Formats: sequence, structure tokens, C-alpha cells
Amino acid sequence: MGVVVRGGAWRFATPRKSVTDSEGSRGDAVVKRADFFNEMFEQGAVRWPYKGLQGWMGEMPDEFRSLKQAEAEELFRRIGITFAVYGEGGDPERLMPFDMFPRVFAQDEWRRLERGVIQRAKALNAFLADVYARGEIVRAGLVPRDLVYRNEAYEAAVVGFTPPRGVFSHIVGVDLVRTGPDEFFVLEDNCRTPSGVSYMLENREIMMRLFPGLFRENRIAPVDGYSEELRRTLASVAPRKCERDPKIVILTPGAYNSAYYEHSFLANLMGVELVEGQDLFVEGEFVWMRTTEGPRRVDVIYRRIDDAFIDPLCFRPDSMLGVPGLMDVYRSGGVTLASAPGAGVADDKAIYCFVPDMVRFYLGEEPILQNVPTWQCARADDLKYVLENLGELVVKEVHGSGGYGMLVGPKSTREQVENFRKRIEENPGNYIAQPTLALSTCPTFVGEGVAPRHVDLRPYCLVGDRVTLVPGGLTRVAMTEGSLVVNSSQGGGVKDTWVLSE
Amino acid sequence: MLSRTAANLYWLARYMERAETAARLLEVGERMSLIPSTGGSGYRNEWVPLLQANGSHEGFLAKYRDPVQRNVESFMFFDRDNPGSVAACVAAARENARIVRTALTSQVSDALNTAYQELMTLERTERSDLPLTRLTEWTLRCCALVRGAIDATQLRNDGYDFLNIGYSIERADNSARLMDVKYFVLLPRVDFVGSGLDNYQWTTLLRALSAHRAFHWAYGGEVTAAKIAHFLILNRQSPRSLLTSVQAVNDHLDSLARAYGTPTRAQTEARALLAGLAELTIDEVFDEGLHEFLTRFIGEVSALGAAVYDVYLSGDMR
Repeated sequence: MGVVVRGGAWRFATPRKSVTDSEGSRGDAVVKRADFFNEMFEQGAVRWPYKGLQGWMGEMPDEFRSLKQAEAEELFRRIGITFAVYGEGGDPERLMPFDMFPRVFAQDEWRRLERGVIQRAKALNAFLADVYARGEIVRAGLVPRDLVYRNEAYEAAVVGFTPPRGVFSHIVGVDLVRTGPDEFFVLEDNCRTPSGVSYMLENREIMMRLFPGLFRENRIAPVDGYSEELRRTLASVAPRKCERDPKIVILTPGAYNSAYYEHSFLANLMGVELVEGQDLFVEGEFVWMRTTEGPRRVDVIYRRIDDAFIDPLCFRPDSMLGVPGLMDVYRSGGVTLASAPGAGVADDKAIYCFVPDMVRFYLGEEPILQNVPTWQCARADDLKYVLENLGELVVKEVHGSGGYGMLVGPKSTREQVENFRKRIEENPGNYIAQPTLALSTCPTFVGEGVAPRHVDLRPYCLVGDRVTLVPGGLTRVAMTEGSLVVNSSQGGGVKDTWVLSE
Repeated sequence: MLSRTAANLYWLARYMERAETAARLLEVGERMSLIPSTGGSGYRNEWVPLLQANGSHEGFLAKYRDPVQRNVESFMFFDRDNPGSVAACVAAARENARIVRTALTSQVSDALNTAYQELMTLERTERSDLPLTRLTEWTLRCCALVRGAIDATQLRNDGYDFLNIGYSIERADNSARLMDVKYFVLLPRVDFVGSGLDNYQWTTLLRALSAHRAFHWAYGGEVTAAKIAHFLILNRQSPRSLLTSVQAVNDHLDSLARAYGTPTRAQTEARALLAGLAELTIDEVFDEGLHEFLTRFIGEVSALGAAVYDVYLSGDMR
């Protein structure tokens, strides 16, 4: 086994009880409900963070519930929170399924998660600052040279440049799953431009409108400070040449992007302009935006466009979304880009295995959050194991995201598994594999009442002059019974996420 | 404000006003088709002048050939290939609104979204269940809702000015075009002028502008061509007159100049257009020829639109 997972991580390496066969008709493995950690009920008793919801759930007649559900959908449609699913056709403005049953964390549970996420965000940023400078972690032999410097996400264009405060990734989205009362695993890190925070904020708004009583009876920590904290974070990383109150903008690919709602929502909350590439131009040492009063200088760009598209002179010459010359201004300290170009090398799925090492190397601390053990198909030993155990593993593309191009072994037919086997054999370096984790479940409203459904969690960590995390995040829920895939592109929904105050 | 945002607001307003005009044109056409033919050729060609005035006659012929009511309805209400149709305008206005939702209040976004959702329902409805009046009334109601939401809820900032400049420029252009329908209807037979039929057509035009009663309040007595032309061109009380529209463009351009601290070429051109109208008498309009006057006016409004684009919306001002 070539997996670099140390310390106590192995204790959690396999699900407490993995996959058992029962009534699966086509020979699929079916996972027994009792094998999963249920966040509300433990051995028949209600866990205390959910106590306040027990009565609420019991007192809700079906008609009332469907009325509230319809009201929620009407609200979402009215405010226009829709998302597009790529490559599927159909309604380009469909609604994200919203589940009204909240997911709850106790204060002490949250404190530990918070420390873990902040620790991880710091380590990832330290890693980025290092690999674009002296590369100490590579010299120390902890991370293989080729994995960093030959990585597609490694930007030669920014080698030697240190962004303001040494921060590369200003918004770190850490995807977490839970497998037990105290067992959390990091599934992946998102260091570029993690999306979904608008759902965290809007889910809360809608819950407060639908069930104000719940918020009076439970002490739920507010999340609406996020936008102000984001603005403050971006202002704290103003470029070297900026000697005034920095002008912040959000750069969007445009109204046809699936996350456009989020871009305009954040711009609105922060009170900053939402710009497209065509609104910006470079002249002299600075970036300017075209306004009705003539050009106005821009200091900090929170960009929601991939590296490859931000500057046609530096990266993809066919990009219509970017700003020619932007990288020159960036490297000479005339503008800050958040996230910094090149930040993607830290959230690469192959680099992921080394994050616990980064925590030890840069911070001198033991990692609070564990990685999921990962097999890299690029290695012969790992590949052999993966191919032998394909039916029990989750296999992902190294550069894939959004749940596209992945295999969930226990949930797939024999044919799907064999098809995937061919793809791995053709290009092993493109795949990693992980054990099928026993994701925790949370009560969820379904057609016939309330039933457990699998959930994950994405908190959003802000990194600037200080590192902060609002008490909450985006809980995604797999709406289909037994499904472990929570991605919105694969039919997943969202929930409001509560952190109870002391 | 971003130039692109200003452009989206400006076009949102222009499209809504244009949708309203398309609906009003359809109303004029239907009413005129209810009186005996004026073309002298013995079949119902009342719809042709309407298309001519709208500047879309050729586009219509290329696709539909036969100028019967159903075809004209399809073309001017439903046809998304016709950039002046109600459906195309409502869709374009809503698309512009979607892009600049941060610059609009939720009531305005709501009104536009709802209009678009209802449009899609209409598009799925059997045509036999949709009398023309239902289509035109729906359009006027949607336009009024959006306009009302803008007036009631938008901040009085530069965005509000760009919305109103869009509305007013489009209205000045469209009012002139609506009046021009009269010219095209009468074109074949000059001896109709001053006849009962002539007055009937003028009255129809007033009705289409929802200004029939307002006219009587303002003038009283007999309906004459001179009074109506005055009402639609030079009356400051008439909400759709050319003078009122040009005045509104001026007011909002001035408000921009004040807010930004500098007047531009656009203000100069708008003022010249207003001065020309303010000194005009209705006799002079008829001396020049109503059609000639309207054609010249439409050209001048279009030039003013180009100036607004160059100065504020193109983003090239340095």
C-alpha cells in the first residue's frame, strides 16, 4: 500500500460495517440502514442537538408540510435561485431541491470542525506560497516533485510572485463527511472558487420565513455575517500599489453561467460591482472598469472564472471571458486576484493525500480532520488493488468535479463496473479510488414522511489578514433512498445547517 | 455605474415600451379592419399600413406573404424571429433584467419574471382560445406593472435615469410611428382627407393610445386632424406626445449630468431636439407634411439614441 495516511487515520479507514448484500435484485449490494450513523437518532434515542426538532417534526401534519414546501419552492423561484445542469438539456432554470428538515451541530462538535477547517485552510495556503517559492516541502521529500511541478494546475506564470499577505486561496471550501459521532473525513478541498455559499445564506433566510418559531425556540448561530466578512477579507488583501479604500469587484463569466445567481447575489450583498471581462481593461499599471462616468480603477477582483480564461495574453488565447494584460498588472502588484492564479494545485485530487503532511510540516500540528484513505491508480500496487476491488470502491477522475465521471462501486451494475474498469486501464493516472464511506444520515422529508438520507457538509473558510469561518455551511443531501452521491448535478438537494450556540 | 449595466437597464426599458407599442398597433389594426376598406382594392389590407409603419413589412412578407389578421398576430405578437414582436421584446427585456438583477428591486424583477412566465403560458395556449383583445390587454397590463414597479420602488439614482431615458426615447420613436400609420392608410386616396372616414381613423388612433377621453378633456368639441396632431405632437399634458417624451429624455439626461458633474454631447443634442419641438406650431407640421415631419423626427431621435450610446453605454468614454 502506497497510501500516505499516517497517525490514527487508519482507524477510520474502512466504514464501520461496509457493504452487505440483502435483497438486491440485480445483484447490487444494498446497504443496510442501521449501518449508518444517524445524526438525529442513536439507538432509538434522540441526540440532544436535535431535541428541539423532535416536537416540531411530530406536530407537522402532511397538508401543512406540503403547504410549506410549496411556499419554499415559490420563494426560491421568485428570487430566481436556479441552476443549470451541464450536458443534460431540459429546463435550464430548474430549482435546487430544498429539504426543510435542518441539519444540526452542537457547539462543541462545531468548535472541533472549525479548528480543523481553519487549520487545513492555513496549511493549504502555506503549501501554495511554498511551491511557488522555494518548494521546501518538495526538497524535504514529503511531496513528489512531479506531482507538483508537472501538475496541470501548476502555473509557471506566477512562480516567484507572492500575493498580498501570502494568501493564494481566499475562500477555501472543505467538503466533509461524517461517519460517526466524532468521525469526520475530508473528501476534498476546493481552493479555487468554491460555489454554493448563496444556498447556505438563502436556505437560512427561507427557513426563518417559513418557521420563525423554530428560531425563537432554538439558539441558532446566525450566518448572515458571511458577506460582510468576505468583503472585509477581500479588502484586507489589497494590492501593494493600492493606497486607498480598495475597490472590489466580482468577475463573472456572464448570465449564462450556472452559478450566475450566486455571483450577482454576493455582489448585491457586498455592495460591489458585478463585472464581465468586457467591462475591464488594462491601461498603464492598473486595471480599469468601464463606467458611465469614464474609467474607474479596480483593486481587488474576486474572480469566478478559471485560471485558463482570465487573461488571453497569458493563458488561453481564445478566451473571450478574460481581460488581456491582467496578469502583467497582477504580477506587478497593481491588482489582487482572489483566488490567486495557480491556487488549483493545492486542491488537486492527487495532492490531497499530502494535506495531513502539510499540516505537520508548515504548522507543526497534528491534523484535526482526517483524509479518506486514497489509492492512486498511477501507482502499480494501488492500481492492482483498485481493479481487484472495484465493486466496493468509489473511483473519481483526478481533475473531475461535480460528481461527473465517477463510479460508486456498490451502487453500480456489473456492466457499469466493467465499463469503468476499461476506462481505468486505458489511463490509470487519471483516477483515484477511495473506500465507500458510510456517510451519516439526517432526517429528510420524503414522499411518505420523514426518512434518513445521506448528507455531506461544505463550510466556507475565509483567508485574509485573519482566517475565519461562519458557523454553518452548505449541507447537501442525496434525495434518493440509499444514494451516496450528493452533488446537485446528480439530483442532490440542500438543507439549512444549524450550529447551536451555547 | 458599469456602462454595461446602464446599457442593460436602457434596453430593458426600450423593449418594454416597444412591446407596448406592438400591442397598441395590433389594436389600431383590428379597429381599422372593422370599417370598410380604404385601399380601394376591395380586400382587407388594413394590416399592411400597420406593418409599414412598424418598419417590418418586408420581414413579414418574407415569412408569411398573406397579410391577414391571423398572420399579422402571429408575426407581431408571437414570432420570436421578429425582433419587434411582443414575445421577442418581453423575452429580451427579461433577459436584460436577469443580467442586471443587482440593479433592480425585487418588485421589478418579479414583474418581469411573471410577465415572461405568463408569456410562455400564452405560447402554449390554443390560438383559438386567444382573441386579440386578450393578447393586447395582457401586454398593456404587464407593461404597466413593470413601469409601476420601477416608479414605486427603484432608487432615484443614475440607473433610474437610464431606465427612463430608454423608455422616453423609445416612446418618442413609437408615438411618431403610430401616427405614421395614418399616413400609410391614407396614402392611396388623398381625397379622403377631412372626410368622416378620416376622422374615424384619427379617433381610432386616439383609442389605441388610450387617450380618447384625455383628448376630449383637453380639447372638447369636434375631432379634427389639427387638434389630434397637436395632442400627439405638441401637447405637454399628453403622456405620449412627442414633446412630453423628448422633455423626459432631457430631464433625465440633465439629472445624469448633475450627478456626474459634467454635461456631454448627449445633453446638447437632446436640448436641440426639444427646442425645435417647443417652437413648432401645428400649421408648420402640416406645411412640411405630416409624414415628412415624422420621418425627420424619427431620424433625429435615433441620432440622439446613438449619442447616448456613445457617451454612456459604450464604455469608451475616457
